[in-house]
Amino acid sequence: MRANRRRLVNWLGIVCGFGLLASLPLFLNDFLMTIAVVIGINVIIVFGLSLLMGYAGQISLGHAGLYGLGAYTSAVMSTKLHLDPWLTIVAGALLAGAAAYLIGLPALRLRGHYLAMATLGAGVIMQIMFVELSGITGGPAGISSIPNLKIGHLILDQTGAYFYVVLAAVAVSLWLSLNVVRSQKGRALRAMHGNELAAASIGVDTARAKLFIFTLSGVFAGLAGGLYAHYLTYISPDSFGTSLSILLVAMVVIGGSQSVVAAGLGAALLTVISEYFRTYQDWSLVFFGLSLVLVMIFAPRGLFVETAAVAKRLVARVVKRRGPVES
Amino acid sequence: MALLKVSGLAKSFGGVKAVSDLSFAVAPNQIKAIIGPNGAGKTTVFNLLCGVFAADAGTVEFAGRNISSLAPYVRARLGVGRTFQNTLLFDEMSVEENVMAATEAGLRLNAFAYLFRWPAVARAERQRREIAAEALKLVGLQDKARDPAGNLPAGERRLLEIARALGTRPEIVLLDEPAAGLNNAETDRLKHAIRAIRDRSITVLLVEHDMGLVMEICDEIVVLDQGAKIAEGPPLLIQEDDRVIEAYLGRPADNA
Amino acid sequence: MLLSKVLQFVITGVANGAIYALIALGFTLIYNSRQIINFAQGEFVVIGGMAAYTFYVTAHLPLPVALLAAILVVTLLGVAFERFVILPLKNAASISLIIATIGMSIFLRTGAMLIWGKEAMTLPHFFGDKPWNIMGATILPQQIFIIAITLVIVVGMQLFFRLTVTGKAMLAASMNPEAARLMGIRSERMVMYSFAFSAALGAVAGVSIAPLVMMSFGSGAALGIKGFSAAILGGLTNPLGAVLGGLSLGVIESVGAGLISSAFKEAIALIVLLMVLLIKPSGVFGKIGTRRHAR
Ligand SMILES: Nc1ncnc2c1ncn2[C@@H]1O[C@H](COP(=O)(O)OP(=O)(O)OP(=O)(O)O)[C@@H](O)[C@H]1O
Ligand SMILES: [Mg+2]
Repeated sequence: MRANRRRLVNWLGIVCGFGLLASLPLFLNDFLMTIAVVIGINVIIVFGLSLLMGYAGQISLGHAGLYGLGAYTSAVMSTKLHLDPWLTIVAGALLAGAAAYLIGLPALRLRGHYLAMATLGAGVIMQIMFVELSGITGGPAGISSIPNLKIGHLILDQTGAYFYVVLAAVAVSLWLSLNVVRSQKGRALRAMHGNELAAASIGVDTARAKLFIFTLSGVFAGLAGGLYAHYLTYISPDSFGTSLSILLVAMVVIGGSQSVVAAGLGAALLTVISEYFRTYQDWSLVFFGLSLVLVMIFAPRGLFVETAAVAKRLVARVVKRRGPVES
Repeated sequence: MALLKVSGLAKSFGGVKAVSDLSFAVAPNQIKAIIGPNGAGKTTVFNLLCGVFAADAGTVEFAGRNISSLAPYVRARLGVGRTFQNTLLFDEMSVEENVMAATEAGLRLNAFAYLFRWPAVARAERQRREIAAEALKLVGLQDKARDPAGNLPAGERRLLEIARALGTRPEIVLLDEPAAGLNNAETDRLKHAIRAIRDRSITVLLVEHDMGLVMEICDEIVVLDQGAKIAEGPPLLIQEDDRVIEAYLGRPADNA
Repeated sequence: MLLSKVLQFVITGVANGAIYALIALGFTLIYNSRQIINFAQGEFVVIGGMAAYTFYVTAHLPLPVALLAAILVVTLLGVAFERFVILPLKNAASISLIIATIGMSIFLRTGAMLIWGKEAMTLPHFFGDKPWNIMGATILPQQIFIIAITLVIVVGMQLFFRLTVTGKAMLAASMNPEAARLMGIRSERMVMYSFAFSAALGAVAGVSIAPLVMMSFGSGAALGIKGFSAAILGGLTNPLGAVLGGLSLGVIESVGAGLISSAFKEAIALIVLLMVLLIKPSGVFGKIGTRRHAR
């Protein structure tokens, strides 16, 4: 059947894509591999955010806080309690998920701008707590000497090796995201995004659907935070501020929130730009702000989604001119 | 016993009494209509039945259970399906997916099942597809299953809304002006569909301005005027009722 | 002793709160005309302060002229913002508008940094910096000025909305955009006015606190959040509520910082914001009847 074939092509594309990514360490130098790791970490958060924004139609300007919560949880548990980092990363992800659940429970009753501000406030408060609960978090100085991940006796302190850990995490979160999107759950979310009244009339529990996605996106953010902490082996509150929350949201909207893959590409694009132009940071921020505005005006569905739409139209035109290929 | 029983229902918006002290019942397997001039409160009644608004007073009983305080999605899951006067389809989805989206009721799985793609998900998906195919066939849209819902003409949008309501596998469907904007052929299709729905032992309550249609297919009619019930009975008696005639003729241009 | 301490909290709080009130009014005006929250509101304040510095210190204009010039520049900026960003997004989803105003705030903030650099700057006190003594508490002439100018603006705005044609039209367009359109009020024009007004209010706030704080390009974010918290406290649609919200937020903050810990001072506004949003999103001073239905 056609649908099956399309699904097969999609999965093949994803598998090939990951195969290509897995060979990156062969081509790229250390600096570029570092960027690749950072992209991977951002992509994980962005998958969750794109589910939240593109599918559930909600916004969060506080995800850097959840990311930080994952990072701090894993860092504290592995340095102070000497637990295995693999476990503490999972614990961090779950705790960030729990926090997202608790924030979302009251906050998701709010809409649009109100929700944006509430999540922004929650994010800033989390960052303030990272600073002020200095007994646990090390205050403004943060936590250093966070243990590396280990597989048996192999210590993953090289970027090349760590890249595979991140890549695996990206693959798992993509798999989970696509499972949600391409199922009844995704249909219910799109229904809700389309019209909440109509969605409720067919039995969709909209409040719960939003909360589920918010929680899941919290888990992803927490997972990314843990990976970040054990990669750098050093964290401080500065890394988890509102500007990161905004950057993450920007990745989603510039890439295209209605497709997790497009949003992931947005993450890659913005990460590369911000890392590459680190030396011209001041100017790059001006362009960043401006490009957010321009994308919203001229490509509101995101660069990659709009590009895909244009490509599709072109292909359709060519096919039409040549006559149908399919029987 | 009545499937749906409304007693003493009332709702005001600001100073406007949209529905006041309304009581009626719908028997299982009945096709019943609510008619009345524009602004009589018909849609508001539907919204009260579905829980979109909370009633100021009165109760709604469904299958012997008081559902007055339940959220809309809960009522939908219990078996109250509906369509909207201003069709609210999910335009971004295909026709088939519109209906599949409605198969939450009865086929619910927990979140982990979806996340980790348990085998139950694929099984349920097959069932959803079957339910959708059947519902689409019933309204005659089976050939358009793959089309984007946004591309359908107005008449077929109404039919799709009915199919979507059937996707919830309801015991009763509330149809708000299903014939509005339909041409003659489509109205015929609608008529067959409504009868077919009833033949599947689904009860139908509809709001409709097309009197020909109402008189032809309904077992019973409730007439509303300014939020209050002014008559109730079989079509033949309603046609003769003085108060009904007055309510309609007393308001020129309303009796479309 | 205790009395003077309390009095001091109140004085500081009211003076700070008056600034929050001005920023909050900006949020309220824009929200009423266009149902959006302008994330760049704090940047209007900063650019106002910075521009005044340039006109006064660099261009050697007399202080009153420099202040007015700064306010004018920011007002024009507000108009341009509306014409080039908000107007093209007429039919956009609210998420797009959120992102666009966030983008503008980043653009304006970093633009300010490129123009004025990263150093903090400050203006001289308008009426000298010799504090007055009231029952053991002190108040600066600048603080009195801030409170007075806020009072003048609030009264002026009330008169404007009640007495002038434009004011009435703006009010009507905000209460019921559909009906206003039917009556021939061009609500797009009203949106532009509201941006002009908000920007001007932000600039007034900016030039007024410039003598009291070290202002740098990044100061806008915190000011914006506080102004927004004040606006939410006041119900977001209600200008008088915004003013009361600003004043009470200022006092809560100064009392909280004084009694509990100044480390958490920055968190106080946020906690107030979250509490109001989560418990009573319609605001504490919110007026019923001004809430709109979701489309
Ligand atoms: N959400 C609402 N807010 C305020 N007033 C409402 C609302 N919904 C309905 N009304 C008012 O309630 C009254 C009944 O409206 P309703 O839509 O139920 O009438 P109706 O019988 O369905 O009319 P029509 O035949 O035009 O569909 C009208 O006066 C209407 O203006
Ligand atoms: Mg109606």
